[in-house]
Amino acid sequence: MAETQRVGEVIQASTGDFVAQCYELYQIPPLGSLVKTKDQSLELYGIVYNAATTSLEPGRRPIARGREEKTEEGIYQTSPQLLKLLKSEFGVVVVGHRQDKKLYHYLPPTPAKIHSFVYLCTPAEVKEFGQSFDFLNIIINARLPVSTEELIGATLRQMSQAYEDRKAFLVAAGKELAILLSGDINQLKAVLGRIKP
Amino acid sequence: MTQENARLGIVVSGSLNKGVEVKLDSSASIEDMVVGRFVTIEGQKRRFFGMITDISLGVTDPTLTVAPPDVTDPFIAEVIAGTSTFGTLHVSPSLVIGGDVSTMLEGPQPVKTIPSHFSVVRLASQRDVELVFGTEDEKRFFIGNPLDMDTKVCLNLEEFVKRSNGVFGKSGTGKTFLTRLLLIGMLQKGTAVNLVFDMHSEYGWESRDERGRKVKALKQLFSSQVAVFTLDEEGSRRRKVSTDFVVRIGFDEIEPEDIALLRQTLNLTELAVEAVYQLSRRFGKGWVEDTLKLKATEELPEGLNIHESTLQNLQRGLATIKRLPFLMPHSPNNAVKSILEYLERGTNVVLEFGRYTDITAYILVANLLTRRIHARYREAMERAVGEGTAPLRPLVITIEEAHRFLNPEVSSQTIFGTIAREMRKYNVTLLVIDQRPSGIDSEVMSQVGTKITCLLDDERDVDSVLTGVPNKGELRAVLSKLESKQQALIFGHAVPMPVVLRTREYGADYKDFLPKQAEKDIEKLWE
Repeated sequence: MAETQRVGEVIQASTGDFVAQCYELYQIPPLGSLVKTKDQSLELYGIVYNAATTSLEPGRRPIARGREEKTEEGIYQTSPQLLKLLKSEFGVVVVGHRQDKKLYHYLPPTPAKIHSFVYLCTPAEVKEFGQSFDFLNIIINARLPVSTEELIGATLRQMSQAYEDRKAFLVAAGKELAILLSGDINQLKAVLGRIKP
Repeated sequence: MTQENARLGIVVSGSLNKGVEVKLDSSASIEDMVVGRFVTIEGQKRRFFGMITDISLGVTDPTLTVAPPDVTDPFIAEVIAGTSTFGTLHVSPSLVIGGDVSTMLEGPQPVKTIPSHFSVVRLASQRDVELVFGTEDEKRFFIGNPLDMDTKVCLNLEEFVKRSNGVFGKSGTGKTFLTRLLLIGMLQKGTAVNLVFDMHSEYGWESRDERGRKVKALKQLFSSQVAVFTLDEEGSRRRKVSTDFVVRIGFDEIEPEDIALLRQTLNLTELAVEAVYQLSRRFGKGWVEDTLKLKATEELPEGLNIHESTLQNLQRGLATIKRLPFLMPHSPNNAVKSILEYLERGTNVVLEFGRYTDITAYILVANLLTRRIHARYREAMERAVGEGTAPLRPLVITIEEAHRFLNPEVSSQTIFGTIAREMRKYNVTLLVIDQRPSGIDSEVMSQVGTKITCLLDDERDVDSVLTGVPNKGELRAVLSKLESKQQALIFGHAVPMPVVLRTREYGADYKDFLPKQAEKDIEKLWE
């Protein structure tokens, strides 16, 4: 993957997280993937923690349309307007930033701008970012609608794909988690169960 | 980086008194750690040298011990090793080997502080161990290797002979081999002249190891420097040992003190011992025979008030002694004189007891001879001080079953007690060999300079060996984990710090044990 892949646009932003909308329905980056968004001098890194597909108009729920159709794809073919009436969004927790070419594993001074483009990080960027596990602490302490174990598990599984030696990466991450979660062994066990190769 | 310099972990807590706790890195397996191994600790300013004295397991959360994770999964096992679960080492730093001025000038110094938090702990390298225990030279004798290392641990024999020393250990743990090694060391380095009371005839000519192989002893290796004396001429001849002197002892040489020491072995009462003094005062030199001739208390000379039963008790005891074949009314030769002559010439004397392995004979002879030799040394030393002449060469007297001579009841009376306590000043020291150190008077034990102990498992024995040692609890752990063969813990005067050894091999090749002179002689043949 040579080019960075654009996956959406920021539509809501705060210091700790932002929400982006996908350009195409269902073109959501996987849970736990590392994404980035750019400003002039600042590059924000975040992890996809949540995604949702809803109706464009709040309060107007989609209705079932498949009674006459043989396949699910058929529904969208016969009602092409559906693609325009629904939207996919994903939430991103900010875990670091790059300023003056230097990577920091903590929150940026300012939040993302609305309408900033959101890109999926390349494996090279993932590797660079994964050199430090400080972001795990941010995830553990962030109050997110998905469970921490699930998110950490998904993140580490996603990141490990960028490494040739997946196991070594996961063991190193596991050791970091063992220290961070030393007060809560059950949570540690749950996470380890989700990342074991 | 070699295996030896491998990083083990970091210091996490501790005190000077109790030693430091080291948290093991996850890369170091706790099962590779061995009690008694040497480590170095790199403090911010100094380098410390110490020994592992305990190993334990720790967890960050007690829940882990109640509901253990699934360690059959290699991933989980690898993750939690060194993080949630970890090993800790207890290390007692005993020396500073680098970093400050005095260690650079004078070598390793005793510790007066401990390394700071999170100092890195590594296995000691060969060089570090050499720095501490020195290399073989004119004074130092290679006695064994530290556990799992090839470095030589050398004993400074010049320092060694300045104090009385002890070799302890259960039966069959290699006390005899160790002692022979020490004797060879002293002969090779010429630091002292030895008198060995060889109860089981193992040090003079040859003996057998546990597998029944013959091993050479002192006379075979150092023929010109060793004289073998024997009490049992026939036995020695049968064993084809060439002896230099046959020791005979006359009744007239036995003194009341000799009997006092035998009180327990001869089953004498306190009163009987009292009577001995009275009788000898009255009868003079021939008191033993005169006493045995008495038929009843009526025959006692006037003024002696000895009860009938006491006399009988004493006579029974004296009869036991009289039955010893090497005793005779009057000895044709003067054993003490010839032993002294040999010793003064610098020849080492091994006195074989042959078949008289009975403890009565051993105590009697050892005590009797030593008392006279002691007197002579004392005289010589005093003369040397007065006239400014050279004192006699240091003498080391080796005794076995030492608790018989040095138990609290008799140690104040026997000459060995005196030697252990003060004779260092007169250039005479003891090398005591014992399997029951708890039987030895604690006052004597505290004067023992260097203690070499093989495995001991009786609590009291361990306690008594470790009296006066600063970190007793830690050494106790090390001592009780020694293997029953070829391993010994050395601590005290002649070594800078306690060390567990795998003692040097002996019995296969004698090349390294030969006197240095002999080597030179052989070399000369080729010139």
